[in-house]
Amino acid sequence: MPEISYRQAIKDALAEEIERDENVVIIGEEVAQYNGAYKVTEGLLERYGPKRIVDAPISEAGFIGMGIGASMLGVRPVMELMFWSFAYVAWDQMINNAGCVRYMSGGLINVPIVIRGPANGGTNVGATHSHTPENLIANMPGLKVVCPATPYDAKGLMKAAIRDNDPVYVMESTLLYGTTGEVPEEEYVIPLGKADIKREGTDVTIVCHGPSVPVALTAAQILKDEHDIEAEVVDLRSIRPLDEDTIIESVKKTNRAVLVEENRPFCGVDAQIAYTIQNKAFDYLDAPVQRVSTIDAPAIYSPAVEPEQLPKASTVVEKVLGIM
Amino acid sequence: MTAKTTPKKRVKPATSNLAKEAKLPINKGLSKEEQIGFYRDMVRIRRFEERSLRVYQQGKIGGFLHLYIGQESIAVACASLMGDHDHMITAYRNHGHALAVGMNMNECMAELLGKATGCSKGKGGSMHFFAPDKNYWGGHGIVGGQIPLGVGLAYGVKYKGQTGSAMAFMGDGAINQGAVHEAYNLAALWDLPAIFIIENNGYSMGTSQERSSSHPAEGLAARAEGYGMAWENINGESLFAIRDGVGRAIKRAHEESKPTVLEIHTYRYQGHSVADANAKKYRTKEEIDDYRKNHDPLNVYRLYLLDQKIMSEDEMKEIDSEAKQEAEVAAQFADESEFPTAESITEDVYWEADNPDQRTSEGRLFFND
Ligand SMILES: Cc1ncc(C[n+]2csc(CCOP(=O)(O)OP(=O)(O)O)c2C)c(N)n1
Ligand SMILES: [Mg+2]
Repeated sequence: MPEISYRQAIKDALAEEIERDENVVIIGEEVAQYNGAYKVTEGLLERYGPKRIVDAPISEAGFIGMGIGASMLGVRPVMELMFWSFAYVAWDQMINNAGCVRYMSGGLINVPIVIRGPANGGTNVGATHSHTPENLIANMPGLKVVCPATPYDAKGLMKAAIRDNDPVYVMESTLLYGTTGEVPEEEYVIPLGKADIKREGTDVTIVCHGPSVPVALTAAQILKDEHDIEAEVVDLRSIRPLDEDTIIESVKKTNRAVLVEENRPFCGVDAQIAYTIQNKAFDYLDAPVQRVSTIDAPAIYSPAVEPEQLPKASTVVEKVLGIM
Repeated sequence: MTAKTTPKKRVKPATSNLAKEAKLPINKGLSKEEQIGFYRDMVRIRRFEERSLRVYQQGKIGGFLHLYIGQESIAVACASLMGDHDHMITAYRNHGHALAVGMNMNECMAELLGKATGCSKGKGGSMHFFAPDKNYWGGHGIVGGQIPLGVGLAYGVKYKGQTGSAMAFMGDGAINQGAVHEAYNLAALWDLPAIFIIENNGYSMGTSQERSSSHPAEGLAARAEGYGMAWENINGESLFAIRDGVGRAIKRAHEESKPTVLEIHTYRYQGHSVADANAKKYRTKEEIDDYRKNHDPLNVYRLYLLDQKIMSEDEMKEIDSEAKQEAEVAAQFADESEFPTAESITEDVYWEADNPDQRTSEGRLFFND
């Protein structure tokens, strides 16, 4: 299987979907002539022309709203946000319009839109550029949200998102764009709502998603090398819909859970996961569920200190050791 | 360069003269039946709104009820110009548009009462009517939020290579929302067949236009010049003047794929919503009376029809009683309809959940336990 980057995997997904369905159109700031702020759409303008790859002005409320309106008519726009942190200026469109139109019309109108872009900290760009709003989106019935962590997942989930008839918001990571992994040449689609066991283990379950997946995997390696503990790493991949079964099965096997995410702790995704575990696997737990989140403050700029704010493998290891 | 003028005054368009405007190219071919049809459509909206006000006062309608009384000519004129690929989207004052595009009184009234037989199965309410099969895309509650969607409809029309347009309606208060300006820019930048229609009734809730908007001397639509867009001011008391101006905008959309901003001068007699306790405090009784007596679009049109002997008083009375009867039947239908079941609360949220046999995703979509 060829090794390609996460960035390339997303681009391949976009290209394949553009070729498969004439209604798929990519719209966003700098996606066409500039080749994408993070080069995800590099070369697509040349291949598919300006009808399919559209440069938008810096006007997120305008063009995201426009994409939602077009999707009501059957266009399938894939909107790029340069950063998910910029979603807030388009929040009304993303929540009130994309999230509520189907409901308020009694099911008469669908909104088959994809909104995608990076959502992660760790790049020293300060609080306004480091948001991870998957928990906020997951709180909105009507919307779906996925956070792929590997090239394989990014491609398969992106294709599923584009084919989905509901709004799907895809959160990527600027730190993952350059990472590589095996991606088959044959076409495949990963259903939304299916977690993936990134590492099998028997002693403790580490639940993670998006940028915290590599953190969890590093921690698992340290646990094995230094403490002879076999951690099972469950990558949620999709936040809503959520694969509760895989989490619960794993916890029933390991009897312990540590939840890792880049959200802030209060009302983060893992608050819901922790609830689910105590609700559905209470009798299997040998220790309280532990969480590792981003330290509860806006993102600090200082390059020396920002890594301290984000979930660290060493903290995950400590939390695991604390409940063994 | 300093601005020429910065007036904050409502601009009155030229006085209307329906007999003259009836001879404008877009109107002169109208048959007697079509002209009577416009009258019927306006009367039906007014009687529906009056009936729904009574239902509200009986305590059967929850939340808000924004009545369209006084503005009927706009929705009727615009709907009369819609072809296969012309679309409409508006704000919460949306019952007139809904009836004008052909939604029936029963489904509208039932929606007001929150019944399962309502156009949105009781899930939308007064502010959120939809009929995509009639190119009617709502009914939106966030001031100005529907305007980017309207531009999206125009984008969709253009993307599909259709000859069409999207009329996006808003109030005089909505024009100060950022999303509206972003939408203006995109429509002009990308040559989209969007028609922005400002239904200027002089007030956004209790705030007069004078207290909300700075704009060029020519009025609110003239802001379009800043975006290089065409614009016009229209006197909303004349259904024919509206058809004339909107017709030009539709032609521009169809033939050149270019947007237009229209300001249509109108007035609402009722409060902002029925619950508007101050409806008569932020404006004078004289002002309301003047519009009712001298500028009411329904009355102005009625006088034209009588004057031109297109209809007799008796024929008008008949239309009026038919409309009242239709609204009465709708009120009864709504009353007798069932409320949605509690189970239906989680229906119509996700397409996938409603089409389980076609579901491709896995995992939980709802989290109620
Ligand atoms: C974003 C937002 N802010 C405030 C409101 C509350 N609100 C509803 S209608 C309205 C007045 C709008 O007036 P205008 O645009 O002139 O429309 P009209 O009611 O006159 O038809 C206000 C303030 C809202 N619904 N949405
Ligand atoms: Mg107003």
